[in-house]
Amino acid sequence: MRELFRDKEHLVRMAGLFAIGFVVFVVLRGILIPADFGEFGHFRGGSLDDNRAVTPAFAGRAVCEECHDDVAAERVDGAHSAVGCEACHGALASHAVEPSEVLPELPEATSLCLSCHRISVARPEWFPQVEPDEHSEGEACDECHLPHNPGM
Amino acid sequence: MTVDRRQFVLTSGKYLIMTGAATRAFEHVMAGTPEAAPEYSVFDHWWAMAIDVELCIGCGGCVRACKQENGVSLEPFFFRTWVERYHVPEGDIEHPMVDSPNGGFDGFPERYRAGDGSKDFFVPKLCNHCAHSPCVQVCPVGATFESPDGVVLVDKDYCLGCRYCVQACPYGCRYIDPKTHSVDKCSLCYHRITKGLTTACCEVCPTGARTLGDLKDPSDPIHEFLRTNMVQVLKPQMATGAKVYYAALDGSVR
Repeated sequence: MRELFRDKEHLVRMAGLFAIGFVVFVVLRGILIPADFGEFGHFRGGSLDDNRAVTPAFAGRAVCEECHDDVAAERVDGAHSAVGCEACHGALASHAVEPSEVLPELPEATSLCLSCHRISVARPEWFPQVEPDEHSEGEACDECHLPHNPGM
Repeated sequence: MTVDRRQFVLTSGKYLIMTGAATRAFEHVMAGTPEAAPEYSVFDHWWAMAIDVELCIGCGGCVRACKQENGVSLEPFFFRTWVERYHVPEGDIEHPMVDSPNGGFDGFPERYRAGDGSKDFFVPKLCNHCAHSPCVQVCPVGATFESPDGVVLVDKDYCLGCRYCVQACPYGCRYIDPKTHSVDKCSLCYHRITKGLTTACCEVCPTGARTLGDLKDPSDPIHEFLRTNMVQVLKPQMATGAKVYYAALDGSVR
C-alpha cells in the first residue's frame, strides 16, 4: 500500500488541475451559451422572435381593401380578381400605415402589363399573351383595357 | 354579372372575416411589437408551400417582391427565391437547358422559338423547408434549425459564416449575405406568416402558382391541392423531407 502512494504529489496536482479545468468549463459554458439555447431544440429559442421582428413591406390585399373597397368591387368579377393589389402597385405597407404621407405612384401600364402578358414560348398556353406590336400597334394597354377589370 | 342574395352574403362574409383577422395582426406588426401578435403558437402550425408549375407565367414578380420584403442584395447572384426556365428537347429529360437570367428578376427575354419540338416551362424555386434538412445537420453551432412550426431558419447572431450549410443544401438555396457575412436564405417570410399574412412571393403571384399552406390546419386548401394533384418534391431521392410540393413537375427538373 505504501508503495502505491509514494510520490503521490503529481497525482494530486493533476487531479487539482482537472478539477479547476472542469470548473472553468462549467462556468464558461454557463456564460457563453444563452439560457434559451435548447428551448425548442438545438438552437437559441429567442431566434424565433428575432426572425419575427421584421416589419413587412407588403401589407397584403385584405389591408388594401379596407379602404379601397370601391376598387375591390370593381375587380370582383374581372379576370384580375385573383391578382393581389401589390403585384402591380408594389409594396405599400408604409402607405397603409400613413396613407397621407406615403403616396403610391401609379405604375406605367404598358410595360407592367407586358411583364406578364408578352408572348413567350415558356408561358403556359392557357394564359392570355400578346405580341404588342401586332395586338395594339404601340397603343398603350390602358387605352382599351381597364387594369382592374381588363375585359373589353 | 348578376349576383343573387345568397352569393352576395357569402362573398361579403368571406371578405369581412379575412379583413378582421388580418387587420388585428397588422396592428401589432406596424406597432413594432410582433411578439404581441395574437395567439401564435409554434406548435400549432406546420408550414409548407404548394406550387403549380402549369400556373407559373415567369413574370418574376415573386423574385422582386422577395428581394424587397427581405432586403436581399440586388446583385444578380443573391436570391431567396428565383424562377428557372426549362427548355427540354423532345423526350430528352436528362438534358434540359435551364436558364435563370438574374433569377427572373427582370423577367425572361425570349430565347426559344415555338414549334421546334421541345417543351418550355417555368419553375419557381425557393428553400424547400425540409423536415430532415441536410443544412441543419451540418451546422456546427446550431445557427440554423428547423423551427417547431416547420420552417428552416437562420440565427444570424449565432452564424459563424463557415459556409458548410451552403454546400450541404442540395437545392442551392443558401448564400452568404454580403452585408452581414452570415448565411441567408428563404425564411418563408417567417415575420409575415406568424402574423396571419402570407409570404411576399405568394402575395404578389398573379396566377396563384404558389400558395402558402399550413399542414396542421385541416381547413387549409393545401390538403385539397395535395389530394387532387399528382405532386412531387425536388430531389425526392435525397429524402430531405422537402415541404415545397410541386404539381405538374416535369422529370427534367432538378
